[in-house]
Amino acid sequence: MSLFSKENREALIGPLHLNNPVTVQVLGICSALAVTSQLEPAIVMGLSVTVITAFANVIISLLRKTVPNRIRIIVQLVVVATLVTLVSQVLKAYAYDVSVQLSVYVGLIITNCILMGRLEAFAMMNGPWESFLDGVGSGLGYAWVLVAVGFVRELLGSGTLLGLRVIPESIYAENGGFYVNNGMMTMPAMALILCGCLIWASRALTKEQK
Amino acid sequence: MLKKFFDNIRPNFEEGGKLKAFRSVFDGMETFMLVPNATSRSGVSIHDAIDSKRIMSFVVIALMPALLFGMYNIGYQNAAAAGKLAETGFWSMFLYGFLLTLPKIVVSYVVGLGIEFTVAQWKNEEIQEGYLVTGMLIPLIVPVGCPLWMLAVAVAFSVIFCKEIFGGTGMNIFNPALVARAFLFFSYPTSMSGDKVWVAAHEVCGLGYNLPDATTMATPLGEAAAGLAPTASFSDMVWGLIPGSIGETSVVAIALGGLLLLYTQIASWRTMLSVFAGGILMAILFNMSGIEGNAVANMPWYEHLATGGFCFGAVFMATDPVTSARTENGKFIYGFLIGALAVLIRVLNPGYPEGMMLAILFMNMFAPLIDYCFVQRNINKRLKRASK
Repeated sequence: MSLFSKENREALIGPLHLNNPVTVQVLGICSALAVTSQLEPAIVMGLSVTVITAFANVIISLLRKTVPNRIRIIVQLVVVATLVTLVSQVLKAYAYDVSVQLSVYVGLIITNCILMGRLEAFAMMNGPWESFLDGVGSGLGYAWVLVAVGFVRELLGSGTLLGLRVIPESIYAENGGFYVNNGMMTMPAMALILCGCLIWASRALTKEQK
Repeated sequence: MLKKFFDNIRPNFEEGGKLKAFRSVFDGMETFMLVPNATSRSGVSIHDAIDSKRIMSFVVIALMPALLFGMYNIGYQNAAAAGKLAETGFWSMFLYGFLLTLPKIVVSYVVGLGIEFTVAQWKNEEIQEGYLVTGMLIPLIVPVGCPLWMLAVAVAFSVIFCKEIFGGTGMNIFNPALVARAFLFFSYPTSMSGDKVWVAAHEVCGLGYNLPDATTMATPLGEAAAGLAPTASFSDMVWGLIPGSIGETSVVAIALGGLLLLYTQIASWRTMLSVFAGGILMAILFNMSGIEGNAVANMPWYEHLATGGFCFGAVFMATDPVTSARTENGKFIYGFLIGALAVLIRVLNPGYPEGMMLAILFMNMFAPLIDYCFVQRNINKRLKRASK
């Protein structure tokens, strides 16, 4: 079996669009609303979830024949918790500011439905390489939605991208211009509406493809 | 004459005509100006002479007193803040307000109707007339200092996300005008509340006065929330010579519009009455509870009714037939809770001096539930009667 057979490519590409965990399966919405008010934490969160999903998938897929069926959820949780702790420690060591911003949401990756869903639905029935590709695909599918929402929210809510000023200071109302940042963009309510727009767009596109 | 004109230009808009893309616009204009000539083909049905376009026109007429008074009040507040009340004539005050209000109305209609027309054409539907009223309500419930581009963004947001997404006119859960205001309120709090936005501070076409930047004028509710005694007298509150959103200040002007709505039976007296009842009862309860140091709690009930958007909301917003409860008994509960919640928010939440907007939006959400309970109760009653 080749490394990039049709099924394997499907496992990697599918979650990016046609089977996207956020816009199609509507999973992981809670963290998508919570961490996307700035672009940087959104990117870091997306990458963390990608790494954790990928490796949890590989480990569970290696263990899948030895784990008794009755305690499989507990085993999955232990694996995920270990990986989450690792990622959280790495973030604290190398990107302290972002890990403060993300606060509990790194720890809460453990309860992310995308993870448990992929472990249960894919890794328990497929080999390590397929599971790895599926994990990377799902994680990236989640990550691009986060990045898209974070991009719009930071741009319109604070006028910056990754902390760099994009909308020039001179047009702001306090400096004699007319522009005022949209305060609602920094609230989770607007993230929900933006997610809704993405779901709308992706449904409209898929309908045309069919 | 008008009919001839429409008949003459009709072929252009039919299938194959050169202006086919604007068919929905033509349809909308024709039925707005004339009584539609399409009648039902089958079955027994009586068409009321008053269709929904006529109802909308009545509501817009009912809004006129509040709008005209709001224009005058803008000029009055500007002159009062400049200390030149005696030298400024009635007409120059009115014209000043007119020049400031007109752009808001134009922006609201152009953006809102633009989106509605586009969607109608795109989905190949008829143009719905619901925006006629909404477009007039939105300029009336924003402060005079609200920039036009913010207004445009809010109108676009509310028409798309509050109305078109739910299926257009008649399908919306929330009142679109209030959603536009809520969007402004939460997105741009500095331009929607506080003590700098209620009075126009620049001259327009030689009218009005330039005010120094430090001039502040708080609404009576804002003053009460800050723990100050209101500077306006009660009669000023009733007549409406107080700072506030453009159309909401004058109880008298709103009452004129309200009477027209009640006389033509477009607005439900049940909703209106119970909103006031709820507000009065809640205010009296707070007066009796004797909370120390909370000026809003100790405000007498008649001042609660006369300040802020209470009257405007009760007459024009709560009675919106689409978003209010539909069962007759349900309207009592719906209205009562709006009034009570509005006063409750005013008193207990210092972040929001005005609770009417949030109270109505909140109850919009519960209107279907209220209806469900009443319909279900009715069904059960009849079942019991039938099974006896």
